[in-house]
Amino acid sequence: MQMVYLDYIAASPLLPAAKAAMLPYLTEQFGNPQSRHGYGDAPRAAVAAARGKVANLIGAAPSEILFTASGSEANNLAIRGVIAAGQKKGRHLITSVIEHVSVAHPMKRLAQEGYEVTWLPVDRAGRVNPNDVARAIRPDTLLVSILHANNEIGTVQPMTEIAGITQAADVLLHTDAVGTVGVVPFDVDQLGVDLAGLAAPSFYGPKGVGALYVRRGVRIAPLIDGGVQEGGRRAGTENVAAIVGMGVAAEVARRQIDADAAHFLPLRDGLIDGLLKTIDRVHVTGHRVMRLPHIASFAVEYVDGEALIRRLEKRGIIAASGSSCSADALKISPVLTAIGFAANVAQGAIVFSMGRETTEADITQVLFAMPECVAALRAASPLFSRLGTAS
Amino acid sequence: MMTPNDTLDTLGLFCPIPVILTARRIKQMPLDQVLEVLSDDEGIRKDMPAWCKNSGNELLDLVQDGRVFKCYVRRCR
Repeated sequence: MQMVYLDYIAASPLLPAAKAAMLPYLTEQFGNPQSRHGYGDAPRAAVAAARGKVANLIGAAPSEILFTASGSEANNLAIRGVIAAGQKKGRHLITSVIEHVSVAHPMKRLAQEGYEVTWLPVDRAGRVNPNDVARAIRPDTLLVSILHANNEIGTVQPMTEIAGITQAADVLLHTDAVGTVGVVPFDVDQLGVDLAGLAAPSFYGPKGVGALYVRRGVRIAPLIDGGVQEGGRRAGTENVAAIVGMGVAAEVARRQIDADAAHFLPLRDGLIDGLLKTIDRVHVTGHRVMRLPHIASFAVEYVDGEALIRRLEKRGIIAASGSSCSADALKISPVLTAIGFAANVAQGAIVFSMGRETTEADITQVLFAMPECVAALRAASPLFSRLGTAS
Repeated sequence: MMTPNDTLDTLGLFCPIPVILTARRIKQMPLDQVLEVLSDDEGIRKDMPAWCKNSGNELLDLVQDGRVFKCYVRRCR
């Protein structure tokens, strides 16, 4: 069976050009970039070139890019690193209730350690109100961390407005941009962010590599100590091959970003409009307009999201019920709860995320299979049959 | 008051990292230019003079400003 893969937010295939560029650094070019003898030269130059390409993707200077092993590490490093560097004194942090766990959990841990964390609410579309940021800032606020876009619901935050407020208040702004960099245009100066976490797999790069953007002049202390790599701010021998792959993927993403969006938008909107027409009691989660171009997300009443995923897979369609990072938790998504979905509706969450390989025929297949899968699950639901007799 | 040509911020890093980063940065500067190195590790008081002596560069000054040590190194070779 030919599978229709629609879980690009969990993983995207490695770009062939990235793989080709990586191979020499997994074989003959095995030298350590920190070595001062000749074996270090090519790997060192390759890391420098990749740094330039990643910087270019987000409008940063190469010296403002710090390679990490993941987007999660980058987000942890941003939050912990700023605090440990002690450039600014204070005990207060601001974040939102719909952050990825790589921001939410460091924040919770810091709260246990005595920091005060303000959790900003979101509206029904999943947007943070910039006025809430302004109201929450205090003289002792160290950092504001608001994700750029949520992968579960696709909503993109009003980052420029938020940055205007943090800049006026002289407070640092971090954004988890794992879901957006390489997918939508992202320019650190236009957005006005001071720190941003990104990850290569979001744009067809290899797993095991991410980066943190740190604006010049912003000081961070390392989480992993004891080496000169990354200017002393992230010790450990560089994952040269993965970094090279990330560089190539960044270069391609920069070239492709407009074409990608033009490819995704009709597919995404076709899927959303089609499913709303053919299935009753289904809700689009997240903002209808200010959303990632490649994500269509829903909450389907009277079905269990996990059961729906399994049934769709039998029909050759791969989707997700929410964030892959917490798929096994068997609990209602805190993101859907935060945007006001009741638990019984939120458990019917399903997310389709598209990639460059996705075709119109793939979407047609989903539009054909989904109503049947939902109907079959509802037929077995005592709650749904009771609804039928009641109405 | 010394006017450096460039500043290297190594605050939060422990020796010998600041000295290694100094060695790398100064190689990118023209001869006679002055690099300011900021460090908050006590170890810099011994390490920076020793490195300057061994590398043949001139330590113009090393001053303490609160918790921060400021080293001024002139590239000599």
